[in-house]
Amino acid sequence: MLKRIATCCLFVLLLLPTAPAFVAATATATAAAAETRLSPQMEARAKVLFLQLRCVVCQNQSIGDSDADVARDLREIVREQMLAGKSDDDIRNFLVARYGEFILLKPVFAWHTAVLWLTPVLLLLVGGVLAWRVTSRSPKSTSSAMLSREDEDELQEILRQHRN
Amino acid sequence: MIVELGHLALVLAFALAVVQSIVPIWGTFSGDRRLMATADTSSLGILFFVTVSFGALMWSYAVSDFSVVNVWQNSHSQMPFLFKLTGTWGNHEGSMLLWVFILALFAAAVSLFGSALPPSLRANVQAVQAWLLATFLLFILLTSNPFARQPAALEGQDLNPILQDIGLAIHPPMLYLGYVGFSITFAFAIAALIDGKIDSAWARWVRPWTFIAWTFLTAGISMGSYWAYYELGWGGWWFWDPVENASFLPWLSGTALLHSALVMEKRDALKIWTVLLAILTFSLSLLGTFLVRSGVLTSVHTFASDPTRGLFILAILSGFVGGALFLFVLRSSRLEAGGLFAPVSREGALVFNNLILSASAATVLIGTLYPVVYEAFTDAKISVGAPFYNLTFGLVMIPLLIAVPFGPLLAWKRGDLLGISQRLMFALLAAILAVILTGAFTEKGQWLAPLGIGLAVWLMVGSFAEVFQRSGFRKTTFAIATRRMAGLPRSVWATALAHCGIGVTLLGIVSVTAFETETITVLKPSESVVVGEFTLRHEGYASRTADNYSERSARISIFKNGEIVAVGTPSKRFFPARQMPTSEASIHTFGFSQLYLALGDVEGDGDVTLRIWWKPLILLIWLGTVIMVIAGAVSLSDRRLRIGAPARRKKTRKQKSESASHA
Repeated sequence: MLKRIATCCLFVLLLLPTAPAFVAATATATAAAAETRLSPQMEARAKVLFLQLRCVVCQNQSIGDSDADVARDLREIVREQMLAGKSDDDIRNFLVARYGEFILLKPVFAWHTAVLWLTPVLLLLVGGVLAWRVTSRSPKSTSSAMLSREDEDELQEILRQHRN
Repeated sequence: MIVELGHLALVLAFALAVVQSIVPIWGTFSGDRRLMATADTSSLGILFFVTVSFGALMWSYAVSDFSVVNVWQNSHSQMPFLFKLTGTWGNHEGSMLLWVFILALFAAAVSLFGSALPPSLRANVQAVQAWLLATFLLFILLTSNPFARQPAALEGQDLNPILQDIGLAIHPPMLYLGYVGFSITFAFAIAALIDGKIDSAWARWVRPWTFIAWTFLTAGISMGSYWAYYELGWGGWWFWDPVENASFLPWLSGTALLHSALVMEKRDALKIWTVLLAILTFSLSLLGTFLVRSGVLTSVHTFASDPTRGLFILAILSGFVGGALFLFVLRSSRLEAGGLFAPVSREGALVFNNLILSASAATVLIGTLYPVVYEAFTDAKISVGAPFYNLTFGLVMIPLLIAVPFGPLLAWKRGDLLGISQRLMFALLAAILAVILTGAFTEKGQWLAPLGIGLAVWLMVGSFAEVFQRSGFRKTTFAIATRRMAGLPRSVWATALAHCGIGVTLLGIVSVTAFETETITVLKPSESVVVGEFTLRHEGYASRTADNYSERSARISIFKNGEIVAVGTPSKRFFPARQMPTSEASIHTFGFSQLYLALGDVEGDGDVTLRIWWKPLILLIWLGTVIMVIAGAVSLSDRRLRIGAPARRKKTRKQKSESASHA
């Protein structure tokens, strides 16, 4: 058991210096031959967009992840629009007009999605207030005589030695 | 004959479950110990009959008995034997039978190991488990009978090719052991509410069982993630797919339960909340079963969608969840709250943990259900996908991840935040160093990646602060401290390891998300492409036919510094029985990183389209979960927690051997 734990500690320590090694690899995203090639900056921008758009016939895949024909067509539409100088919002609006909101993997923030977006925030707030009230019910009743845990461990150690 | 025997055994198990649903609880109300004790026998009987039934189904799969509809629909005589066996639960009926089998296993566990429990508590728990068993057995018998017969067919319709993998042998059983494992804590929570009291026996029992379920669930989810990663062929490892979310939800609330049960066991506080969490966690398991089995969500996990099954499971779900919550509202006020504490204390930290985990579970839950509900009400479709979860779930979790190393260092009742911060100085320095180092090698403007890596290092190093501190490395000599470190309670080690595992997983996630590269290219024969420090050469293209599929693959040599380091064969398979193609990625491991090759289209004259991903440190994602699973095992091996361990303190083996050597 201990050996395993020791290995784990060692592993954590070993990992630290390797951190920069893998960073050296730089991002290279090349489009397949059949697809339009954009400048690296534009392709990077396109990639971010791809991941936010749903491949409408796939099982919960973005058009950036899928190699279905529909996904390829959609990628081409995005690239064409980018080349025509459209902004990300323009492109999103264009696609929503064509395919409906279903195409957006990140839903818009509007009245019909308010519940979706705000529930986590509300829960955190309400839960936070409740938790605070519970924990500060009686702040003065915490003065029992307890050893600190280092002392406790030291005591156990001494007792053990004594027993032996 | 054997098939009919399996069916009969299922009916008998159901009959026994109905008896166990009534008799023991009748005993607790009338105070009759003999009635209570019947559950010990009947639960073993149920396990026996369910095992016979499950074995019968497995047997008909093993011998490819195509006169059984279920086998005919999901198996093929030419499949490898292992896949024939695992095919038993690679379909709706069989997987429900596995679900019930594991439920019966956990019910029998209470009878076998629960002799130290107060009799009335044990009887009530066993009755609640019998309610679950009876309901799900009825569900199988009425809507999902795996033993239905038909005129024998010559050949089966084959198992879904994606499921023809070793993953099917491990992932579902692990996941179900986790899902269904929470049925014990659920049963204990209901029993406590019926009794109207929770004593120390309750907490001592609930925590190890939560640990067991949590450990299996962690392993199951992790295994499923790795399976999806290598099998689906596009390099994703987590998709925020509704079905994945369905397994992640009980994990989140189960993790919260683990922590709140800790407070309850040690400090007698948060009782009501722990009971509620126990109910919610299993409810989320049931919800997951409903979502996956009903066909409300379509995915690779949904074997068949049938509205009657959906309605039946919905009825089970609302019956148990609604009933449990109703009972909770009715009776929870009878449980005394105890144990006061200040906001900055170990208890306070665990409350914070519970707050964040509950909020994050709610986020995932609403994201999963919103599109379904929205479509039902408006007929319009919206998507809630990875970008939504990454943003919301990520933001909710960050404060908790920052807080993790503080938790174990805080004292019960009232903690000293300043003093603890000093003890975490080392971890903070390591984290800052990691941020600076990573930042120096990243492109400008990418500040998120270095911070993420800093957070991961903070978690990994900070998790061991308690071990370091309690060993007294600063106070005594190295030798004494090391010895003391070995003598620390296992729970201290388990905490450190589990938290460290989260950091390791996070490091993998951040690194892959930020530094992954993807190259899509078309290669003619003997053409090469450079990916990072690797050169990949297309050596040729081959076709072959196996027992139940045909395969086309490309041979790719991988060079590093001019030397060949691996040969990859990314391929595409076609399964004629189901008319279904699959992609077999070729994955090569270098340290903790992987090169992932997937085959795309093939042009007439042997030109292949290749998708090549470099996935830096991706293995850490799963290695972290392995560390968490080990942590779970370490914690369970702690003598104080071991199931059925007598309350009386005994000498541990180590002390014995030490005293022996002194004598």
